[in-house]
Amino acid sequence: MPDIRVQVRLFASYAEAAGRDRMDVVLRAGATAADCLAAVRAAPWAQRVPPGPALAINRRYARGDAPLHDGDEVALIPPVAGG
Amino acid sequence: MREWLTERAIDVAELLAAVAADGNGGTVVFLGTVRRSAEDGDVEAIEYSAYREMAEPELGRIVAEALAQWPGARIVLQHRLGVVPTGEASLVIAAAAPHRADAYAASRFVIEETKRRAPIWKKERLASGRARWVEGRPAGGER
Repeated sequence: MPDIRVQVRLFASYAEAAGRDRMDVVLRAGATAADCLAAVRAAPWAQRVPPGPALAINRRYARGDAPLHDGDEVALIPPVAGG
Repeated sequence: MREWLTERAIDVAELLAAVAADGNGGTVVFLGTVRRSAEDGDVEAIEYSAYREMAEPELGRIVAEALAQWPGARIVLQHRLGVVPTGEASLVIAAAAPHRADAYAASRFVIEETKRRAPIWKKERLASGRARWVEGRPAGGER
């Protein structure tokens, strides 16, 4: 099965550490949100990203074992402070 | 579709008008305001940022959940983004219902869920000119 491409969205302290607010990640077919997170954390700037940030797929919170599909948007959500 | 996020100062009267109805017996207005306390140091303002494309629907889901729990309630909110000076409101929730118990409960539900789930972050702007990210809480999904 072909690889899938997802767009990763970064925010707040993560975006600052990365120097960017989005990046494309290519994963093998059948990859999960956790696989995407692991790929992002492999980057040198990603020491600031804790092992378990909240994750969102297509603008809804998702668990690490949620499957990804080509074209999905995956967001790494740092601890929130709204309200 | 109501706009939950704004870059402007929040107009409380506008939100009150949006929930006004003859059937209301009680209306609760909550203001979350930027505060400065001794341990925070010289905080002059807080800059709010958001994952806008998710914050809008997530706030909409929170309000929808409140309306499902307290049918007959009327609820609106606005969260401000950008730089909010100390003393000004970053979030206003207006909740009205035929009976005050539901208005209080719905208001409380919405603020607690907003704090738990909304993908919004804040950065303190200090008098010294420095800025620092405020440590948040791990974001939760729906219960």
